[in-house]
Amino acid sequence: MINSNLPNNSIAISLVRPKSIFWLNLGKNWYRFSRNTLSIVGLVIVAGIIISAIFAPWITPYPEHAGPFVDFDNTGQPPSLQHLCGTDNMGRDIFSRIIFAFRGALIMAVVVLAIAVPPGALLGLTAGYFQNTWIDAVIMRITDIFLSVPPLILALAIAAMLKPTLMNAMIAVTVMWWPWYTRLVYGMASSVSNEYFVIAADLTGASKFHILFREILPNCLSPVFTKMALDVGWVILIGASLSFVGLGEQPPTPALGQMVSDGSRYMPTFWWMTIFPALAIVLAILGFNLLGDGLRDMFEKRVE
Amino acid sequence: MKFGSFLLKRLLLSIFVIFGLSIVIFIIARVVPGDPARMALGPRAPEEVVQRLRQEMHLDKPLPEQYFYWIRGVLSGDFGRSLVTKRAVSEDIKEFLPATMELAIFAGILMAIFAVLLGTLAARYKDTWVDSLIRTLSYFGVAIPAFVAAIIFMLLFGYYWPILPVLSRLSPGIIPPVRITGLLTLDSLIQGNFVAFWDAFKHLILPSVALSLGGLFQEARITRSAMIENIRKDFLSAERGYGIPERVIMFKYLLKPSLIPTVSMMGLDFASLFANAFLVETIFNWPGISRYGISAMMHKDLSVISAVIIVFGAIFVVANIIVDIIVAFLDPRVRLSTSRGI
Repeated sequence: MINSNLPNNSIAISLVRPKSIFWLNLGKNWYRFSRNTLSIVGLVIVAGIIISAIFAPWITPYPEHAGPFVDFDNTGQPPSLQHLCGTDNMGRDIFSRIIFAFRGALIMAVVVLAIAVPPGALLGLTAGYFQNTWIDAVIMRITDIFLSVPPLILALAIAAMLKPTLMNAMIAVTVMWWPWYTRLVYGMASSVSNEYFVIAADLTGASKFHILFREILPNCLSPVFTKMALDVGWVILIGASLSFVGLGEQPPTPALGQMVSDGSRYMPTFWWMTIFPALAIVLAILGFNLLGDGLRDMFEKRVE
Repeated sequence: MKFGSFLLKRLLLSIFVIFGLSIVIFIIARVVPGDPARMALGPRAPEEVVQRLRQEMHLDKPLPEQYFYWIRGVLSGDFGRSLVTKRAVSEDIKEFLPATMELAIFAGILMAIFAVLLGTLAARYKDTWVDSLIRTLSYFGVAIPAFVAAIIFMLLFGYYWPILPVLSRLSPGIIPPVRITGLLTLDSLIQGNFVAFWDAFKHLILPSVALSLGGLFQEARITRSAMIENIRKDFLSAERGYGIPERVIMFKYLLKPSLIPTVSMMGLDFASLFANAFLVETIFNWPGISRYGISAMMHKDLSVISAVIIVFGAIFVVANIIVDIIVAFLDPRVRLSTSRGI
């Protein structure tokens, strides 16, 4: 197997760029991943959430309840077979609303990561390759500035200054998310660019573009993907925190944080209005964390 | 001394970071649609009054000049005036910051003690039921957001099992201590007011536990893996060979180097305590700077928002410098050389 973390005595091998081993060893990787029960639990939770969110209109018992629906005969019903998680103060089925709220949460996570990761990774790649030049200094110092406040605080501030919509919440979180990938890829890229296969490519006259994207980038990707899996959970958390204080999806469209916050006004009698959406947040974060941990173990063991 | 120059470099970088942060905040606050002068005076104020305030706030000048006036004020401790409380922002911060500091420091202490305790236990009893229990707890602890924990505590302790207070910093009827530091527990201790101390302490428990949960379990896991990695190192075999008792090895020679990654992580987690305090303070009605910041965000009170973020940025930077010093204390390699990157 070709190894990218080469010892010094294997120059001959290391002049060849390592192939992406992941796809070649799919079966072996799956075996490693599936040996850990917790990773499988994570995968099942994540798959469950994604599938139910996609097919929400068909699988939820009361799809019309995820909107401006009012049924005053059934307000504040405790959990029962008709309403698995009870009903809220407007008589809407909380279970259906949670499933629909997962949609918004997942859309937010996908959009934020899709917009934040490529530029973040690109900046880290550039800074890592041109390390100890002014390019490195400028990019990494700007990154330091953005990393100097916890993302939730600046995201709250940005979202608060704009109009409270899901769109603006996504913008606010995206602005805060790219620096983490810049720092991650920077660390990877600056070590990879000292490897012999990169030096060899440089000596044979490969273009900067080729070296950056064909030689260095592929070797930085697996931690990026692992972090993305973990980050879906954290973006859902930040999204829920924003919607908890009223910045994000507005009623009657359901959002997890907003349901927790609305329900908390009816505690303790109507505890289910708060507790089930809260558990849904915990479940989502737990699922993506377990999945991310499983992926990380799988990628890390590959190096051994 | 080499460590001195490392610290100096770190300090200069921090000043740069805070400066950059102020520019970012300023730009964000200025690109927001809406006229700050009009927002301050309300929609019914006559146009010439608004015009005068605009001049007073230097809003008629180009952006770089506006920034210059603003940062000059900030450097002399003048953050402008709050639209909501109608007072100087610096006054408000002086009033609300200690409550948040008290909460965050207490949560930080809880985090440090229990992270090290649980991490050491899990490493000591690796692959037994103790380890599995702590690992399972960790997965849930990390996945429960602070505001969810806060709400669950409210439900449990506020209604079903009322053994701990869930609202504000002191019970009604308790005479608060004279303000010295603003930290109620500290002030009441200094003045020997033990009734107030006990009451303030009880009020601290639930919010700070809610705040510390996430970081606590994350650090426990880091401590565990660092200790397990260090157990295999040669210096431990050497110490065993000298006949040093196992207990001494565990705490003196194994725990100390294993704490380095934990302490580095704590710097980050201490900062996120302040972020989570935004929600937790709102839930527990804790009169701190985060609740103040949230209400400012809801009212688009730009000078307060900028001030709160700058204050948090400064706290984060200071926390990280302290972390660097602790790491240097724990790790002689850092103390003796500057080779550690920033």
